[in-house]
Amino acid sequence: MLYAILSIFLVAAVAPVVHRLTGRASGWVLALLPAALFVYFASFLPAVAGGESVRLAWQWMPGLDVQFSFLIDGLSLMFALLIAGIGVFVVSYAGRYLEAHRDLGRFYVLILSFMGSMLGLVLADNIILMFIFWELTSITSYLLIGFNHEQLKARKAALQGLIVTVGGGLALLAGLVLLGVASGSWELSEILAGEDSLHEHALYLPLVILILLGTFTKSAQFPFHFWLPNAMAAPTPVSAYLHSATMVKAGVYLMARLNPELGGTELWTWTLGLFGAVTMFTGAWMAIQSTEIKKLLAYSTVMALGTLTMLIGIGTPYAAMAGATFLLAHSLYKGALFMLAGSIDHGTGEKEVPNMGGLRHAMPLTAAFSVIAALSLAGLPPLFGFVGKELMLEAALGAPDALAVVLPLLALASAILVVAVAAIVGLRPFFGARREYKRTPHESPGAMLAGPAVLSVLGLVLGLFPALAQPLVAATAMSIHGADTGMELKLWHGINLPLGMSLLSLAAGLVIYRFWDSVRAGIGRIMVPVGRIAPERGYERFMDGLVWFSAFQTRVLQNGYLRTYVMVTMLTTVALVVGTFAVLGGFEVSVRFDDILIHEWVIVALVALAAMFVATTNSRLAAVASLGIVGFGMALIYVFFSAPDLGITQVLVETLTVILLVLVLFRLPGFLKFSNPLTRVRDVIASLAVGVTMTAVLMATLGVQYFPAISEYHIAESEPSAYGRNIVNVILVDFRALDTLGELFVLALAAVGVYAMIKFRAEDRKS
Amino acid sequence: MMAGSLILQTGTRLLLPLLLLFSVFLLLRGHDEPGGGFIAGLVAAMAFALYMFAFDVYKARAILRIDPRNMLGIGLLLATLSGVPALLQGRAYLTSLWWDVEVPLFGELKLSTPLVFDIGVYLVVIGTVLTIVLALAEAEE
Repeated sequence: MLYAILSIFLVAAVAPVVHRLTGRASGWVLALLPAALFVYFASFLPAVAGGESVRLAWQWMPGLDVQFSFLIDGLSLMFALLIAGIGVFVVSYAGRYLEAHRDLGRFYVLILSFMGSMLGLVLADNIILMFIFWELTSITSYLLIGFNHEQLKARKAALQGLIVTVGGGLALLAGLVLLGVASGSWELSEILAGEDSLHEHALYLPLVILILLGTFTKSAQFPFHFWLPNAMAAPTPVSAYLHSATMVKAGVYLMARLNPELGGTELWTWTLGLFGAVTMFTGAWMAIQSTEIKKLLAYSTVMALGTLTMLIGIGTPYAAMAGATFLLAHSLYKGALFMLAGSIDHGTGEKEVPNMGGLRHAMPLTAAFSVIAALSLAGLPPLFGFVGKELMLEAALGAPDALAVVLPLLALASAILVVAVAAIVGLRPFFGARREYKRTPHESPGAMLAGPAVLSVLGLVLGLFPALAQPLVAATAMSIHGADTGMELKLWHGINLPLGMSLLSLAAGLVIYRFWDSVRAGIGRIMVPVGRIAPERGYERFMDGLVWFSAFQTRVLQNGYLRTYVMVTMLTTVALVVGTFAVLGGFEVSVRFDDILIHEWVIVALVALAAMFVATTNSRLAAVASLGIVGFGMALIYVFFSAPDLGITQVLVETLTVILLVLVLFRLPGFLKFSNPLTRVRDVIASLAVGVTMTAVLMATLGVQYFPAISEYHIAESEPSAYGRNIVNVILVDFRALDTLGELFVLALAAVGVYAMIKFRAEDRKS
Repeated sequence: MMAGSLILQTGTRLLLPLLLLFSVFLLLRGHDEPGGGFIAGLVAAMAFALYMFAFDVYKARAILRIDPRNMLGIGLLLATLSGVPALLQGRAYLTSLWWDVEVPLFGELKLSTPLVFDIGVYLVVIGTVLTIVLALAEAEE
């Protein structure tokens, strides 16, 4: 298992080479990997269908309770099969769709890395491991949305997606930590098997809110839904894969995963039920107003994500079964529809649905698969989408309390709109009068049709023979519900209320489709005032505020004057130190002055006098020389107190300072008095504050000893275990070598920084 | 920059090898006596800076042969790699390892990973100081 996931990242690393070697066939060659993984995961199916779950673990960071542990049960297997299965077609599809793109090699790296992250996310048993993969999917998604990075739109959409999902990810991390603390385990399998319910735990409310913030942002729930349609700036295979079939379902996955442990409370049911239903309706409502085919599909994905959230919230066995079925059905038809939309774009160069029509002759296969997939989207028999939709309506009717009224109404409204969306996407481009296109319409190559063909036909086969999907769906529902639901998938449920709702939605949906253009115009007028308060505006306000605040604090704190930087740094330190002293109490001073020798007094006096002279002199050269006195005085003090290494270093640094000053002395502006008397007074007060504070801190630290000093250990161990008599050096290169290594990097970075500043300024002058 | 005086130039020609030798001496004895990579690096860098003042930047770069920026990289690489042998032995990164090597005529030679690390420090310090000093001097012209 570990190797299965690592293998993806390894292949991702060499993908550009594979691409160069195999050329046009690269898509098929790389698709072999997800195909092999699909077979591997499918081998777990018999065990999982029998109600077992498989757990595999490797040590990673034992001290931190973080390990590579994986859990395969119905839910994770369902996701793993979808990720690997759809991955096969997405990779092969991309091989042709992006054939002419110069960065196709890079694309493979990203999409395969994403695949590995997503598999890791759904299979991880350790919640920290899961979170790491969770963040990896956000990052790969960011890179994939911004794949066409020359376009401003793509970059903006990528950043928006990243900020929303990673912001949610932060909340999730906090939520997961609380979950680990509250349940006492970091393994999902142990948390779920735990005897004690977390419902009564003091941390229940905060942990649920934080986790839901993470899942809602990731799965584009209202009011965070706006990033998903914008993410359509990504190439079509990415939209098909990340933004419909897999990544956006990560939030749904986590809610389904934790449902047995966290679900069943009013908080959970109402939050998920209401937010899910509102998202569902918002998605369908926004979809009907869109004209770009990928936007239409994106909003209908938002609708599907809302439906899944709602079903998890309802929490009945029926709802769990409906969720599992709907999840599978949606991945099949939505993956197909996205790839077909890309196919139309590829064949005609057209993205706007109102400009499409009559393509059935030029693109017969695309048309056929589109119709099948759209029928599944609309939820018509005998397609698998119908099975899912019936169950969904039934589950909404079975919701507890007042939700039993609200949810079915919103579900019905959404169903009506989705029928219309399905017709717009599946019928409009292919029937009616033929239009003029930018390119002569032509059918797509086999690699681009294989995916839609398999996915849409699978939707038909599973609809006709639901028993085929039964083992996997039932096992998934069992994971979501926490117990066997004991239900069977059937195409025909008899004549009942859900069937009536289906018929009503079909009729009303077709009416909307018939008058789509005027409906769209009408809704557009209503939506103008709403647009001003839309959640996306909130995001924009927030980002603007962030930029404003950054600019403001940069202007104040980092205004380019070294004196301001020094002042801010020093005064902040003083405030913090004095504040700590004030809160935690004073300190003892236990310094005696009687054992200070006369020559030590002389040096101290010399250093102090020189420092005062530096501050008051009018000659720069004199100031430099006096600073030298301060430095050499310090070196002498080091030597007196038997620290020859420090003494040597101090002398050398003083010399270096002189060299640097010689180099820059003539470039400095004339020695003027910049400050008026008032600022001088301020500066004197500030420096006195710093000096007094530092002296006080030094004296206080000399007086107390909380821990045994480590220097004893260093002195004792320096020669026997590190073979060195110079303790300073032994500490630097052995005992605390890691610190030194870090400082070396700092030093190197500083050198590069200074070098860049000098060189760029020199170039500016030249030009 | 003006050409330096003849006395300074002649003196520098003699001093440069001596100072460099001294810096290597400081580097190698650092584990037992005052010295070490940091101090040795400063001495070596200052020797080259002296050379730069006596002649000019181009002559200094020429005698240095290697760009100080590359020295930064090599030093960081050496210091980073010096911790790897311990990892291969299954011990914590940067744990020191020692080998005694018998060299004919010279006697026992003590080699160790801290020595490699200290050479890394030495190179980074020279690289840092000379990168800045040479760049400043070039900007002057």
